[in-house]
Amino acid sequence: MTGMKYLVLALGLLLALPSFAVQPDEVLDDPALEARAREISQGLRCLVCRNENIDDSNAQLARDLRLLVRERLVAGDSNQQVVDFIVDRYGEYVLLKPTTRGANLILWVAGPAMLLLALAIGGFYIRSRRRSNEPPERPLSADEETRLKEILRQ
Amino acid sequence: MIVELGHFALILAFAVAMVQTVIPLIGAHKGWDGWMAVAEPAATAQFLLVAASFGALTYAFVTSDFSLQLVVQNSHTLKPMLYKISGVWGNHEGSMLLWVLILTLFGGMAAWFGGNLPPTLRARVLAVQASIGVAFYAFIIFTSNPFTRLATPPFDGQDLNPLLQDPGLAFHPPFLYLGYVGLSICFSFAVAALIEGRVDAAWARWVRPWTLLSWLFLTIGIALGSWWAYYELGWGGFWFWDPVENASFMPWLIGAALLHSAIVVEKREALKAWTILLAIMAFGFSLIGTFIVRSGVITSVHAFANDPERGVFILMILAVFMGGALTLFAARAGAMQAKGVFGLLSRETALVTNNILLAVSALVVFTGTIWPLVAEMAFARKLSVGAPFFNMAFTPFMVVLALILPIGAMLPWKRARLGRVLWQLRAAFGLAVAVGALAWAMNTGRSALGPIGLALGVWLIAGSATDLLGRAGRGGVAERLRRITRLPRADWGKSVAHAGLGITFIGIAAMTAWTVEDIRVAQAGERFEVAEFGVRLDKVEQVQGPNYRSTMGWMSIWEGNRRLYTLNPEKRIYPVAGMPTTEAGIHSGFLRDIYVVIGDRQDGGGWAVRTYVKPMANWIWAGAIIMALGGLLSLSDRRYRVAAGATKARRGGAGAVPAE
Repeated sequence: MTGMKYLVLALGLLLALPSFAVQPDEVLDDPALEARAREISQGLRCLVCRNENIDDSNAQLARDLRLLVRERLVAGDSNQQVVDFIVDRYGEYVLLKPTTRGANLILWVAGPAMLLLALAIGGFYIRSRRRSNEPPERPLSADEETRLKEILRQ
Repeated sequence: MIVELGHFALILAFAVAMVQTVIPLIGAHKGWDGWMAVAEPAATAQFLLVAASFGALTYAFVTSDFSLQLVVQNSHTLKPMLYKISGVWGNHEGSMLLWVLILTLFGGMAAWFGGNLPPTLRARVLAVQASIGVAFYAFIIFTSNPFTRLATPPFDGQDLNPLLQDPGLAFHPPFLYLGYVGLSICFSFAVAALIEGRVDAAWARWVRPWTLLSWLFLTIGIALGSWWAYYELGWGGFWFWDPVENASFMPWLIGAALLHSAIVVEKREALKAWTILLAIMAFGFSLIGTFIVRSGVITSVHAFANDPERGVFILMILAVFMGGALTLFAARAGAMQAKGVFGLLSRETALVTNNILLAVSALVVFTGTIWPLVAEMAFARKLSVGAPFFNMAFTPFMVVLALILPIGAMLPWKRARLGRVLWQLRAAFGLAVAVGALAWAMNTGRSALGPIGLALGVWLIAGSATDLLGRAGRGGVAERLRRITRLPRADWGKSVAHAGLGITFIGIAAMTAWTVEDIRVAQAGERFEVAEFGVRLDKVEQVQGPNYRSTMGWMSIWEGNRRLYTLNPEKRIYPVAGMPTTEAGIHSGFLRDIYVVIGDRQDGGGWAVRTYVKPMANWIWAGAIIMALGGLLSLSDRRYRVAAGATKARRGGAGAVPAE
């Protein structure tokens, strides 16, 4: 797609590197630990990619980060500690799910707030339609009646 | 020479569009028939000129005319013919030309099939449509000229990006553009109606087919893109919440809301102002999408700063059209009085709720998409908003939408009794809960997502079936069958589209929750087990393609001792572009896909291999196609053809013909 131009450009650069997302040699022996590693990886951004998590990415940097995540897990860190460790080094840009700190609160509250607002407006509108004292719909005139029949016959 | 003619045709189209913007508007204002009548031939001429221009560019690609800069950058003599043609729109300049081609196609169609419109409305619609054209012709001619020649043409081109050399992606942009540029005609109708100061049932009936048409193309376009990502990118994801994906998804959501609100205007003459606003916003999101994709602003603020010309131009187009339309809306919306009165529980209320959910969810996607930009500019924070955010913020809207959809779809207009509808739906509800519970029981206990998604999908499908069956009435089977086959196509369309949504829900839930993945080093001839299947890497060979070299694996899939089939995953290198691609080996099935990818040769012998078992993957896109089919059924409904043929019925009677 035309719209994929940048995605494709970025992907192109990445695919050119001789690697392949999660590689067999990275996988941890402990399945529980590996599952945690995958979960964490899916929330971390590959810094040199366009909107890819490190779990899917083919870039060398993503591989380094995946190995780092596994290293910390093996060392006994909790998931949160691993993520904090990476954020300390690379900044909040690596988080695919932004924090709720500071201005980011706006992002998180926007959805529910807009929904409440929309429901309120919708509610008022529906009430106004219900209360409306307009007379019931005007019956069709004889002319319109014939015309209606004509259309329905077609 | 042909190329220069194409360039000239484009400039001529620009001139024609300027005439078409000004003359019919004045004509409609003053009531001069001759001036209004200019619009129709002008719209036709515009389309023919742009088609000629597009044809000239296609000719340059097909004949590999390397004196053209664009052809050099995006083509190669060895490239298969299909991709020589798709190369025309596989780049910025060519895709913008496709954009205006579709814009003028819709303008032309409005002129050709709009014979039943009141002359002033038609003149204004075509004038507004032409004004969009003026902006985009200027954009192409001044910032993105596809017809730039090179003084010293090279012997061969640089090839089209190999990822784009794929049948799924070859047809993805035309469908997508038919969808989101098609929404321009709804915008033109909305602005024309604001200028006229008149919105009634007849207006809604004229707008609805256009909305349906664009929405169904958009649905197909998005499905094609998602399917492409699934098989081409090599890890079987189908949606990444990438800004360019969101760019097409936001107009889709708003378009879906518009489809539904236009029904209320048509049937009940309520929600008028809101529908106009939606028509404006739908195209607004199309423009925002074009801006996001074309400027590169979301990828990086720096990409934008490096080449701000195009981005600023589109931003200006966006500001002028949205600002103008919304100002007009603010001035005129008050005059649009709703007529229909309805109770708290009614189809109208259900459709209002539908609109709230769809519109707010589109705004949530919008907020998430632009938030990194806002955060960087306003708060100097560099951050990402990715899939985890969208999954969390967007999914609840869809869950609620799916929950209430079957009920809302069966509520009668004006005043409804909830108990009655719920009673009719008891079987559908029971079935959904049973399927969900069964899935829960068989679930490996990983997440609630699978069972809930499955139950919602079944609820949507069974609810749609209940709706149809309920209309068959009582009596013998033959009698019911007769009645059900005679239901208006729009009713069928509605049920089919809603069921399609259910099918997509099931696919997404099953694939997300129950995909099995296996990553390993496979030795040739060694068999390993993934889920209930055996997989064996039989051999790996080097294969020469037309414009690439491929490392191709032969992987046989086994069930017990029975060999099922052999898949051929590939790793291709396109030497001209110097770029590798992965081609997954996929066996698509009704209940599951087997998806294998081959990686690099390992130092210790053997190959890195990834195997996935993806349950119900095809349901995702099949559901989307069924949704589009539902749209098509609705579009073919007799009522729209009747409306198209009933010129005199415009005022009064015809517009108020109750459709059900």
